[in-house]
Amino acid sequence: MVELALPKNSRMTRGKTWPKPEGAGNIRKFQIYRWNPDDGENPRVDTYFVDMDTCGPMVLDALIKIKTEIDPTLTFRRSCREGICGSCAMNIDGINTLACIYGMDEVKGDVKIYPLPHMPVVKDLIPDLTHFYAQHASIMPWLETKTNAPAKEWKQSIEDREKLDGLYECVMCACCSTACPSYWWNGDKYLGPAALLHAYRWIIDSRDEATGERLDDLEDPFKLYRCHTIMNCTKTCPKGLNPAKAISKIKKMMVERTV
Amino acid sequence: MRFLTDRKRAEGKGAAHAGTGHHWHMIVSGVGLALVVPAFLYIFGSTLGQGRDAVLETFAHPAVAILSGLVVVVGMQHFRSGVQTLLEDYTHGSTRKVTIVLATALSYAIMATGLFALAKIAL
Repeated sequence: MVELALPKNSRMTRGKTWPKPEGAGNIRKFQIYRWNPDDGENPRVDTYFVDMDTCGPMVLDALIKIKTEIDPTLTFRRSCREGICGSCAMNIDGINTLACIYGMDEVKGDVKIYPLPHMPVVKDLIPDLTHFYAQHASIMPWLETKTNAPAKEWKQSIEDREKLDGLYECVMCACCSTACPSYWWNGDKYLGPAALLHAYRWIIDSRDEATGERLDDLEDPFKLYRCHTIMNCTKTCPKGLNPAKAISKIKKMMVERTV
Repeated sequence: MRFLTDRKRAEGKGAAHAGTGHHWHMIVSGVGLALVVPAFLYIFGSTLGQGRDAVLETFAHPAVAILSGLVVVVGMQHFRSGVQTLLEDYTHGSTRKVTIVLATALSYAIMATGLFALAKIAL
């Protein structure tokens, strides 16, 4: 059955409140999820205070400042700090987004930061995305062809190339999949919006010759049809993409094969 | 503890090559219900407050009886498919299988009861 309550070892406890920076006039309060697999304790929420006059505008700036100046044990992923790598995906103020492109001016009140929901946690704000990446690999995210490779390149018209817009930009941050209730309940079998958006990106690629096989592999009550058009994926995507639309296009193609 | 690779877990038992029929059936039955339910509700509403004989006379009319029959049959088929999806979402393992069987049986029982009642009124 679906779990409506957290397991005992996942229940939140009150964490440490770190001291306010001395002499700072513009202070912002951060409540951040902490969990260390090595200490055997339940997760907790630590409270930090950041001097906003000496901090950058994005949530990631504050996290880096906290790690550098207050608590070096705070753990999170980050890399490009400009919304390209997808590493710093986390739940900020109840929204799955990228900390590097989410401005603190978008948050009212205290800044509450948690790892992406309903995923196993490796440590603090780092979710275990192993299964998510394996699902992405399972949709064969590469060009499949049967015709011998041309001497120079596979050609594509401008119109066919434009069909990939709104799809190729996905950075696999997992914000959409981890915002999807269907993925929460059946993430072991349901591919989730991110993998399905990528699947559609290759299905409609005019150069790809495995369209039928790709659709065959997706025709499944769980892999594809767990999508109930809840639209959380589209609402939360930090890149402004529309995975729900891509999934509906796959469903339309499925129906067109039979009716 | 099973030593399965990540890819093996993600692939599972592979695709069932099914689901599109269910998806299309939900669309078709949904469109059908969008047409017949408003008409049925209008007729049903117009009988509220009337005496038993008048109500029986209304539902004995062939057009109303056929419309009511369609609501029962299409509605219960739509219900069965919808509840199956719901149960697949929220239950797992044997619970999932048993509850789907029960929901299917319930929908057919309601369908049979409704058709029997309509036949008794109309025929």
